[in-house]
Amino acid sequence: MTDTPFVIAGRTFRSRLIVGTGKYSSHAVMAQAHEASGADMVTVAVRRVNISDRTRESLLDYIDTNRIFILPNTAGCYTADEAVRTARLGREAGLSDWVKLEVIGDERTLFPDNEALIEATRTLVREGFIVLPYTNDDPIACRKLEDAGAAAVMPLGAPIGSGLGIQNVNNIRIIREFSRVPVIVDAGVGTASDAALAMELGADGVLMNSAIAGARDPIAMASAMKHAVVAGRLAHLAGRIPRKMYATASSPVEGMVGH
Amino acid sequence: MHITLNGDPYELDQPVTVAELLAKLEIDPRRVAIEYNLSLLKRLAFGQTILDEGDRLEIVNFVGGG
Repeated sequence: MTDTPFVIAGRTFRSRLIVGTGKYSSHAVMAQAHEASGADMVTVAVRRVNISDRTRESLLDYIDTNRIFILPNTAGCYTADEAVRTARLGREAGLSDWVKLEVIGDERTLFPDNEALIEATRTLVREGFIVLPYTNDDPIACRKLEDAGAAAVMPLGAPIGSGLGIQNVNNIRIIREFSRVPVIVDAGVGTASDAALAMELGADGVLMNSAIAGARDPIAMASAMKHAVVAGRLAHLAGRIPRKMYATASSPVEGMVGH
Repeated sequence: MHITLNGDPYELDQPVTVAELLAKLEIDPRRVAIEYNLSLLKRLAFGQTILDEGDRLEIVNFVGGG
């Protein structure tokens, strides 16, 4: 079966799995997990350089930027202004105008502040950014972000790092139906079936960090996620059978021995 | 002369450019982005921007994140 390519803002990606670079035990393990995931886009955070200790090796030494596209995020920002400033720094440090936009509204849940998120999206789009906002699983918020110029919408499956899986299956489905831009389920994935489900619901891609980096064997989990995303996408395209209350036999009822 | 560097006070013996400060700190200018008094400082301007008393400088790079 042939699939349409995964395109965001005119750029084509081979993999529908986008992975993070945080929380790995080492840069080397991260690089191996990236390889196993097959992802060709990874997220990074923008943080102050450690002035007193310059010995720490650079993250970018472990990412093949010829093959892997870098998506800077604005994680940890609590206001539109902070997020805009961080996005500008990310653009200057990086190689593209792309940003994974986060404006957090609450420390405990890390749920987005939608109002500030829409405002920051509008500002950054005006400045020429390709904005991929991390948002609630709210179809109306997603529609407003799209109207503000977002290149994709990235609804959460569950709180960041919670591993709870997709909590509101129906909303993700509705968001997919409403959106004219790619829908990427971002955050909340715990294991491979969560990623497969996201794709089965029609998501165009899945973004995850903790589920891989926090697994006992991150490299094996990265491989599992790669297969789950492919399997979920294929299942979506193939079209599942309807759910029924009672059994329907798979084997013929005629020609039974002894009848 | 005092400036604020990544949120902490930092002492400079003499006026220096941002590029000179990076060299002193052994930071590769190609690997960082800089905010100078809350505005983004383009890399091309590192050599011409002379730090002054009370300036606020943020030097950032990419770290692991999701």
